[in-house]
Amino acid sequence: MPPHPFRTTLLAAAAVAVAASSVTSSATSPAYAQPANAGEVNLYSYRENRLIRPLLDAFTKDTGIKVNVISASSGLEQRIKTEGANSPADVLLTVDIGRLQDAVNTGISQPIVSPALDKAVPPQFRDANHHWYGISMRARVFYVSKERVKDAALTYDELADPKWKGKICVRSGQHIYNNALIAAYIAHYGEAKAEEWLKGVKANLAQKPSGGDREQARDVAAGKCDIGIGNTYYWALMNDKDPSKKAWAEATRVVLPTFKDNGATHINVSGVVLIKTAPNKANAMKLIEWLAGDTAQHMYADVNYEYPVREGIAVNPTIKGYGALKPDPTPMSKIADNKKAAANLVDKVGFDN
Amino acid sequence: MTLDLTSRRDGVRSGASNGAVGLSALAGASPAMLLVSLTAAALVAAPLVSLFALALKGDAEIWPHLAAHVLPNALAQTAGLVVGTALVAGVLGSMAAWIVTSFAFYGRAVLLWLLPLPLAIPTYIAAYIYVDIFEVDGPLQAPLRALFSWHTPQDYWFPQVRSLGGAIFVFGVVLYPYVYLAVRAMLQTQPAALSEAARALGATPTRLLRQITLPLARPALAVGIALVSLESLNDIGASEYLGVQTLTLSVFTTWLNRSSLPGASQIALVMLVAVTALIALERYGRRRQAYVRNGSDSVAERIPLTGWRAGLAAFACLVPAALGFLLPAGFLMRETLTRGLLIGFEPELFDHALTTVTLAAAATVLVLLLAGSATLLLRQRPHPLLRAGLAVSALGYAVPGTVLALGLLAPLVLVDRGLGAVMHWITGALAGLIIIGSGAALVIAYAARFMAIGGGFLQAGLARVPGELDDAARLFGAPPLALTRSIHLPLIRPALWGAALLVFVDCLKELPATLMLRPLNVETLSTYVYQFATRGSFEDGALAALLIVAAGLVPVVCIVRQADLAVGARRSR
Repeated sequence: MPPHPFRTTLLAAAAVAVAASSVTSSATSPAYAQPANAGEVNLYSYRENRLIRPLLDAFTKDTGIKVNVISASSGLEQRIKTEGANSPADVLLTVDIGRLQDAVNTGISQPIVSPALDKAVPPQFRDANHHWYGISMRARVFYVSKERVKDAALTYDELADPKWKGKICVRSGQHIYNNALIAAYIAHYGEAKAEEWLKGVKANLAQKPSGGDREQARDVAAGKCDIGIGNTYYWALMNDKDPSKKAWAEATRVVLPTFKDNGATHINVSGVVLIKTAPNKANAMKLIEWLAGDTAQHMYADVNYEYPVREGIAVNPTIKGYGALKPDPTPMSKIADNKKAAANLVDKVGFDN
Repeated sequence: MTLDLTSRRDGVRSGASNGAVGLSALAGASPAMLLVSLTAAALVAAPLVSLFALALKGDAEIWPHLAAHVLPNALAQTAGLVVGTALVAGVLGSMAAWIVTSFAFYGRAVLLWLLPLPLAIPTYIAAYIYVDIFEVDGPLQAPLRALFSWHTPQDYWFPQVRSLGGAIFVFGVVLYPYVYLAVRAMLQTQPAALSEAARALGATPTRLLRQITLPLARPALAVGIALVSLESLNDIGASEYLGVQTLTLSVFTTWLNRSSLPGASQIALVMLVAVTALIALERYGRRRQAYVRNGSDSVAERIPLTGWRAGLAAFACLVPAALGFLLPAGFLMRETLTRGLLIGFEPELFDHALTTVTLAAAATVLVLLLAGSATLLLRQRPHPLLRAGLAVSALGYAVPGTVLALGLLAPLVLVDRGLGAVMHWITGALAGLIIIGSGAALVIAYAARFMAIGGGFLQAGLARVPGELDDAARLFGAPPLALTRSIHLPLIRPALWGAALLVFVDCLKELPATLMLRPLNVETLSTYVYQFATRGSFEDGALAALLIVAAGLVPVVCIVRQADLAVGARRSR
């Protein structure tokens, strides 16, 4: 037994605390100690560090501006709002239109004034009041069985058709990808029709919603269902990048479904918000404009398997193989407005139960 | 004999009586310890108060919708998950603890350090792995299909992992160590006199288990099961993936999809109240029982087992260890090798590992210091204020990690503003956000989250120390600190070690609070693994996940040796 356990513990605590602060401060102190450091920009991101790192490294190479990152899965708006005037955040990078709208509604954004951006990003993929700009997009599509589904074209509407009874697989209706799809359906047809549709889809499910998008391809490949719902890039990643999942991609093919009323496919954006209190505003603007520029847009297409928002940038060959995408022209803000109604409908029809 | 022991009036309390409410009862307490004890409560109270403030901001209109469409199903699923997991983890954990403590058998030495290891496997990773193993194209079904020439999944029945039952299985096999460690710490200090007397009277080991060992282990079992229940209640990743609609999921749906942070806070607080009531009920149920170790200091000798009995004992311990650790770890190892993660080793993983271990160690020390002081001081001065403080400090574990982190934001920023003003006044420089800008916020969040583990383990451990010892020490004029130092601390050593291990490993794998509160450019092993998982390829994070296991292995080995020596030093196996 040590002679003075209590005192020893105190000493140990002090030692560890000092070590902890030195380990973490080496990485962080510049940004915090000098809020307006010339050569940096601080990015709060809902996209994983690893996914955006190649982009950010290329930005640093181009401009000499270092990018510091925090990535999280939720709560960044609250963090920025609470940090207030002292927040080091310059830019918030996020996926999903609902999230972008939430960030603006939280009151943490400021308008992005850039004629160059207005030229690069089509009006449909940016906020009319300039509080957010879309950077890249993805479509919510069907992974269908090569063997059992011969249709060349399919619609979101027909997911409720009894001919697909027991044939559809999907992850939780409350996942943001599905939340946005259901919100878009409401934007197209109104809440009452959407409820009926969602009930129909629920009745056609082969199993209780679970797993991620990748599992839906796996379940189609395994014969549990014929249509799995997922985002465009998951299938491409299985097909091109992961030999252990290649079989799932090989048993399925991607169909770009459309809404019956306008023949367009549901898309969602990843986008940026400029923070009201941005300590490095000039660098933040450089980063935002760079993300909509040629280099970044090509990287979004080739490395991340997303659709660039800029017109005239080639998409990745695998993604191109899905066919020509006609993005739904429904205003993104209208989809965001129906997010809550979509969440309530999922509960109401017991979609996940 | 059992009755006699468990129905005696609480023998723990001595010195000041329970009724003394005045602050005078605290007179003479070491001010440092008092301060530290109340800090523990403040650390957890602060985020809860800020959560309460959020909840008051309106959106009460979500409740009719929740009551009509969410709660009936969510309550049933949540209850199923929590009760099922508690049962599986309770049985696996207490059985293993009883076997390794009571018997000596071949393989016991290896099992001792294998059994706590599932702790190091994040639950959601275990969920991914078990889905891979059990799915149609997995290693279990594929041979069966070939053997019976089944063609489609509709041709036969096979258990679904992505289901409530699957979730109970996965949670049960990775969470049982909470029960195992708690019960084992308790059994290790089990008085030999009792079991030896019982055996002399011809009691069989099972009767001994039922009538003496289990009743004596109840406080530890309660602590372990409470931890398991809260862990499964507050999980989000694994539940969503396995398709279980828990109440915690509805907190997130309300926050993110209904854009109602107040509504989400309200649900979280209602859950907190319900959980607190349940835990209080259990405590009330054993309020009149004492679990002191009386008289003899000697601990029962382990009964040597041979033949089929030894095999059975080893098997009963190997099953949970294999399901919770060997299988998932083996899976991660295979992915590490087949994906060439070792060859493409990223040097920054070392930095992440160092950051992770440092943060976890700091938080563990903080928890033991705060919870330890509070528990030991309460023993000396059973003042209601201290008791309430300790109870409050356990609440951090009863809300989901993300929610706790959300609640911590405001208090942390407030302190940061104060610190910044002081720094500005002294140095004239702008300080920015000191706590949130450094790892300190994470250490605080971990401590707030895992204080319940420290407090629970230490209280259960201290309940075994008879009050007569305190009285004797006081009789000889020992000052309070000397009593703590030379009597209480040594006697609760197994509980202390168990708590240290649990808190440390829990911090290593902590994800939700780390994601929300980490400083710029800081990555821990668990956030590193997570970024692959969200992209749909958790296997690419296999090496980092194994590093969490490796970091957890060091304390496991140390603690197993320490703890085993503490009781078995005097005899050969």
